[in-house]
Amino acid sequence: MIKQYETVFIATPVLSDAQMKEAVAKYTDLIKNNGGEIVYEEDWGLKQLAYPIQHKTSGFYYLIEFKATPEFVALLETQYHRDERIIRYLTVALDKDAIAYAEHRRQVRAAKANAPQVEEAPKAEEIAEVEVEPEIAEEA
Amino acid sequence: MAANVENSGIRYLNPPTVEVRKKKYCRFKKAGIKYVDYKDAEFLKKFLNEQGKILPRRITGTSLKFQRKVAQAIKRARAIALLPYVTDLLK
Repeated sequence: MIKQYETVFIATPVLSDAQMKEAVAKYTDLIKNNGGEIVYEEDWGLKQLAYPIQHKTSGFYYLIEFKATPEFVALLETQYHRDERIIRYLTVALDKDAIAYAEHRRQVRAAKANAPQVEEAPKAEEIAEVEVEPEIAEEA
Repeated sequence: MAANVENSGIRYLNPPTVEVRKKKYCRFKKAGIKYVDYKDAEFLKKFLNEQGKILPRRITGTSLKFQRKVAQAIKRARAIALLPYVTDLLK
């Protein structure tokens, strides 16, 4: 049974660009070589961590969306676990709403990349932005 | 002031507060959002207090269905260090 997954991993900030590319290639190849299919990849670049992990305060984030069997996920996570370059990873199965959201997100990002000047249509969350804060003050 | 007192006959030290409470609502239901994304840390911060704790439904008005999803998303975001587990002065 093929399911759609999404995986985010954080690599150590000490890697060079080439080393990072190599690490990414390792996992994309791993997916492809095990009957998986890569749907989407996204490089978030070097980001500040919200809390230190292994005494590191930043890391390279990389997101891969792929289709594979549940058995493969276990294999992928073992590989992450053994890899010293990876300091944290998260793999999540996507349900139908998540897939729809991911597609929408891709389109928004693609539109943004193609036309940086033009203002994009607001995302679903942005529409939903309403103030929670006054209510908090009231309760407190 | 003097005219008011004469009219009503009752005097208050503080003017009585009339409670006009806005009805809380679930923002996900209202906006038709079906999936809560764990990658969007800025959005999830609306559901956290200053210490990075998840706010109760009582305060945010989120429906139970989405509160579960929000909680799940926040926990995932914490796992990949997009949100802190504990902190001071998040906002």
